[in-house]
Amino acid sequence: MIPLVRLQPSPGQPRRLTINILLCNPADPLSLAHLQAFEIEEADGMTLFIALNEIRSTQDASLQFDFVCRAGICGSCAMLIDGRPGLACRTLTRDLGDHLTLAPLPFFELIGDLSVNTGKWMRGTSERLQAWIHNSATVDLDALEQRMEPELAEAIYELDRCIECGCCIAGCGTAQMREKFVGAVGLNKVARFRLDPRDTRSDDDFYELIGDDDGIFGCMSLLGCHDVCPKQLPLQTQIAYLRRKMAALALS
Amino acid sequence: MEVIHSDVLIIGGGLAGLRTALAARKRGNNVIILSLVPPKRSHSAAAQGGMQASLANTSKGAGDNEDVHFEDTVRGSDWGNDQEVARMFVHSAPKAVRELAAWGVPWNRVQAGDHEAIIDGQRVTLSEPAAARGLITARDFGGTKKWRTCYVSDGTGHAMLYAVSDQAIAAGIPVHERMEAVSLIHDGARCYGAIVRNLINGRLLAYVARATCIATGGFGRIYQSTTNAVINEGIGAAIALETGVVPLANMEAVQFHPTAIFPAGILVTEGCRGDGGLLRDVDGYRFMPDYEPEKKELASRDVVSRRMESHIRSGKGASNRFGEHLWLVITLLGEAHINHKLREVKEICQYFLGVDPAEQYIPVRPAQHYTMGGVRTNHTGQTPTLRGLFAAGEAACWDMHGFNRLGGNSVAETVVAGMIVGEAIADFCATPEGDMQVSTALVRASWEKAGAEFAAIADNRGGESASVLLLRMQAIMTTQVGIVRHHENLAAAVDELQQLILRSRQVGLHATRAGANPELTTAWRLQRMLKLALCVAYGALQRTESRGAHFREDFPRRNDAEWLKRTLASWPVADQTLPSLDYEALAVSGMELPPGWRGYGARDAIEHPGTAVRQAEIDDIRAAMTGADRHAVQQALMPFRHLLPPHLRGPNARLRDSA
Repeated sequence: MIPLVRLQPSPGQPRRLTINILLCNPADPLSLAHLQAFEIEEADGMTLFIALNEIRSTQDASLQFDFVCRAGICGSCAMLIDGRPGLACRTLTRDLGDHLTLAPLPFFELIGDLSVNTGKWMRGTSERLQAWIHNSATVDLDALEQRMEPELAEAIYELDRCIECGCCIAGCGTAQMREKFVGAVGLNKVARFRLDPRDTRSDDDFYELIGDDDGIFGCMSLLGCHDVCPKQLPLQTQIAYLRRKMAALALS
Repeated sequence: MEVIHSDVLIIGGGLAGLRTALAARKRGNNVIILSLVPPKRSHSAAAQGGMQASLANTSKGAGDNEDVHFEDTVRGSDWGNDQEVARMFVHSAPKAVRELAAWGVPWNRVQAGDHEAIIDGQRVTLSEPAAARGLITARDFGGTKKWRTCYVSDGTGHAMLYAVSDQAIAAGIPVHERMEAVSLIHDGARCYGAIVRNLINGRLLAYVARATCIATGGFGRIYQSTTNAVINEGIGAAIALETGVVPLANMEAVQFHPTAIFPAGILVTEGCRGDGGLLRDVDGYRFMPDYEPEKKELASRDVVSRRMESHIRSGKGASNRFGEHLWLVITLLGEAHINHKLREVKEICQYFLGVDPAEQYIPVRPAQHYTMGGVRTNHTGQTPTLRGLFAAGEAACWDMHGFNRLGGNSVAETVVAGMIVGEAIADFCATPEGDMQVSTALVRASWEKAGAEFAAIADNRGGESASVLLLRMQAIMTTQVGIVRHHENLAAAVDELQQLILRSRQVGLHATRAGANPELTTAWRLQRMLKLALCVAYGALQRTESRGAHFREDFPRRNDAEWLKRTLASWPVADQTLPSLDYEALAVSGMELPPGWRGYGARDAIEHPGTAVRQAEIDDIRAAMTGADRHAVQQALMPFRHLLPPHLRGPNARLRDSA
């Protein structure tokens, strides 16, 4: 569900916001993680993208964070916003209190301040899960494309919408304990390729990839992933379905 | 000094870079991709509405083929493009979309039977033949005669980028993330790779390669109001410019997209209008049919954006606390359509505007969107002046878009260019020319020079602020080098931008930080972005005509007699504050489609003396070949297939092969 209820803008004076940011620079051996408070004046329609850029241009030129599309599409700017994983670019300050806290996503390698290395982890996971269409047939570029039912194409896109932002991993209980857990992002990829008839792999092949405690059997069904996914992917049903299929295979 | 070797170095991990890398890798080359960000976060992901390819699977696409797509593209370009390149593109686009289908892109498919659609504000029933069931469907887009835009809901770029990026992972192509190329290693005649800055630790590395390809996208961030991602700063084009020997072409050709949400500037797709959405003014009046009776909301982007701005100027803009805007209305499409086919639009409206587009109007105003200009290359993506240097995608100007690009043609260009340029790179590497003798002294000197530039900025105690100068440059570009241009504004912009170049050399940093200091990064990039801004502004000042997206209020007519030529901007001396401009003529005598009226927009172009001659020749050829196969006629008018790699020359199959 996309929240449509907004806090009412306060009439008259704009709010003063206190933004506490967890700062740390691993490149500097003397740097210790600490919360630092920045005060800014709220503007109409202000997002955390606008607020953080304002802090960087007026108060702390060294502040590190990651934004790319600033439109909720690319998944770069996931961070903990008042403790909850979310996309900073499309979070409006008017939906938050006067005092807020920003911290980098846990689990991923810290680059500095609010910037974490999700890209490295995502590439590693894709390699591990061989997350691409497996099909050895040569593509005839001059011929009509293979047909697909419209409903199936839409169902694949539903799972293909993942933006690899890392929120599901940050919201995952298992990932906090099990460093190699593939998480909802990984399991969703398997579900996506499993659904796709262009991928010739069988369930036995997928079992080899995720049939253990670092894969589908590691999930404790806490489903923090489902709650925090900014694309509202159907992670709960996909993980449950995949577990049933893989468990049946394990028992057969 | 750490040196990393490869056969091929691709700078940029978006669709163009990835697809180029795959083609070069497939031919056995060792390829490394550099990317500012993880490749799946590239701006390619923001392409929403779709990719043009003349598959002709749907009832509204019936009769479509390469010829129709070609004519749309040339008219869209306002005759500013290279027609051979446009031909190569339209011929390869169906192959690209079919390859992507095999790679897993979940293209929306044809549902056989009746379905409802909105056309020109009316609900109509269309019927799709059973024979087309399950083939790739298409939607309408601006400036096209047929429904040709293949799509995946409104997340087309995302789906394409993920599929192609996954193929690169499957092929084992390493992507060195958070790396920025800061200069090219070259001796004035040949390129040997790039000096690269690690954006995590700030260290400089030397990447030495036999072939180097710039695929860094556009440079929309020189504008204040832009749909572009924050990484689209054009540094790839800038380092090519800084070689002094590689020109950037048609930099004044900058596209403004009609529907960016106001004021955030975030894109909502042209698919909104393609699927039946309308533009309305302060009175709720649908104004586009008054200006453009033929194509209405679906004229080309340059025309629609210009009409919108002039409608606002005539006092008909709606307004909110941020300023004036117009309304995009998609309520008539219905909630089900929006939930399935325009879901990113719905999310964007809800998150950034608090608006439900199924119920409410969307505030929009044109914003910078695309740069037709870029690194000048030939039809295979090779720069004619620096051997071993290639460019592809939005960063390049092989010149398929001329002065205005059609919606759906750029995301298509990324993959088509990748298929063609990647092959050319592999060809280059397979010849003796692809071998190189590189001097380690040259590599070291390049590395030291780049290091000295960063040190000079880091040590400068000047009083200027990089972020202040950056904002000023962006404001100048949006207000004075925008949709409507005039000598006075352009001259003032050029003057002030030159001053900003001088001031940018006096930037002092506020912060020091171990690792890659973001303020140092900004200050370094600012100097390059200012050069690009000057190429745009100075090119626009000198071009005393209106063509495509370049509109001069004081020279409102397209002037083929004097301006049927491509601008080349170069920067031979580092200290100069203006680019050197040169021009290359577009030869009317070789055109398959000589200049004429676009089918929308103004009709008052000043004719080139060669146009009538060429048109007569074409008429004679067509008359002599009456009844001949369309491919044979095309071949007689302007042969192009020999320019394509052999595996891309075959005819494209269509359901109705009469097409």
